[in-house]
Amino acid sequence: MSSKPMDQVTWQEILLGAVLTEPGSAREYNTGDWRSQHPVWTKSRCIRCGVCWTVCPEGAISEEPGGYFDMNTYCKGCGICAKECVTGCISMVPEEE
Amino acid sequence: MAHRVGMEVSLAVSEAVQMARAEAIAAYPITPQTHIVEHLSSVVANGELEAEFVNVESEHSAISTCIGMSATGARTYTATSSQGLALMNEILFIASALRLPIVMTVANRALSGPLSIWNDHGDIMAARDIGWIQIFVENGQEAFDHSVMAFKIAENHEVLLPTIINLDGFILSHVVEAMEFPDQELVDKFLPPYHPRYCLDPAKPVTMGAFAMPEVYTEVKMAHQTALTNSYEHILKVWKEWGDLTGRHYQPVEKYKTEGAKTLLLTMGCLSEVAEVAVDEMREAGMDVGLLRLRMWRPFPFADLRNAVAGAKLLIVCDRALSLGGAAPPVLAEVRSALYAMRGRPQTASFVIGLGGRDVAPDAFKAIVAQAQEEAQQKPTQEYHIFGVRG
Repeated sequence: MSSKPMDQVTWQEILLGAVLTEPGSAREYNTGDWRSQHPVWTKSRCIRCGVCWTVCPEGAISEEPGGYFDMNTYCKGCGICAKECVTGCISMVPEEE
Repeated sequence: MAHRVGMEVSLAVSEAVQMARAEAIAAYPITPQTHIVEHLSSVVANGELEAEFVNVESEHSAISTCIGMSATGARTYTATSSQGLALMNEILFIASALRLPIVMTVANRALSGPLSIWNDHGDIMAARDIGWIQIFVENGQEAFDHSVMAFKIAENHEVLLPTIINLDGFILSHVVEAMEFPDQELVDKFLPPYHPRYCLDPAKPVTMGAFAMPEVYTEVKMAHQTALTNSYEHILKVWKEWGDLTGRHYQPVEKYKTEGAKTLLLTMGCLSEVAEVAVDEMREAGMDVGLLRLRMWRPFPFADLRNAVAGAKLLIVCDRALSLGGAAPPVLAEVRSALYAMRGRPQTASFVIGLGGRDVAPDAFKAIVAQAQEEAQQKPTQEYHIFGVRG
């Protein structure tokens, strides 16, 4: 497929069999658009254990300077990190329109 | 020099695949396809064909393996029937969407239930919309010729679509016929080695079978649909090239004694040879009856069909499959769609015949013509008839 955004590609530009010749197409797709809620870390209660980073099924949690954690643009808001957080420092906050 | 042989048609198909120098075969035996792959298995084992023959545990695995092998750029072949084709179903759509030029013979057989190993077209009609090129043959020579030509069609860079050759199970697959085989040199010249546009290669990786979001799925399907529709002209070019080399020419819709015919029968596969006998006898009796043989099923040859029926008053479509609960059996549905916008189109009549191996003799076609001509004068009472059903 071409380097155009997916919603602008015409059928004539689809490569044979919709083959992808370059890596990284998933990176271009910002799955964070889907979420209806997102995790918020309360740093004062975070022990920097990294359980949230470990359990995130989508690699959507990144380590920040100082060993704390935060979500990236691929977080779909599933809430597993909040459920599994050892100290309960993550809360799920609804998206604002 | 071409030479004439007498051979079981299944073995002739195997010979064609061997002469086409298939490089990769994966198949699971199922009646009545068995002799084709059994023979190929033995020629590979004997070193007469340099190919990989993968024994698999099901047809689902057979077609999946074929996809993998074709994706590496190998000339790939398989064959199946009935339940085997049904078991392949979900993968068949992927083979065509990936544009892999796999060639498959379907020895047409009724679908269960009730369990039947005998011939009808129910298997392929249930797989009608898989996005493959689909051709029907009516005798051993055609089975051989189209098995070779299928590779050239499928592998054309303007086509790159998997291709099915349909041949009627038992009544064609298991009969011994006289056929003319070309020399290997002619086949090699006609069919050069396959060069894929994209293939699985660690030195140049690509992703095949990626997921498509709603933003792009429609465009991918449009590209596939366009490729299948446009394959028509390339199929005709390959048939012409083969015809020029061998003297055997093929058309999407073939006419038999249609000059001045007001009534036309339309058949696919082996029924056509039987119908020809009936047409000969009806012509001798002074009736203006002709026959159309539908060879190309996908892409459907709309313009050829309209041209072929011009001037006829009554077109009798003979289906060898049902669309249960639907308005029309599969071939009739297609034919009526093709004719709907045509000015002065013929009236259509529809008969389903030869289900699950029920024998069809020439007299059946005479009875069908008589019934259709009589009913053409009346208000239609039913969409189609199941010919010969008791009760």
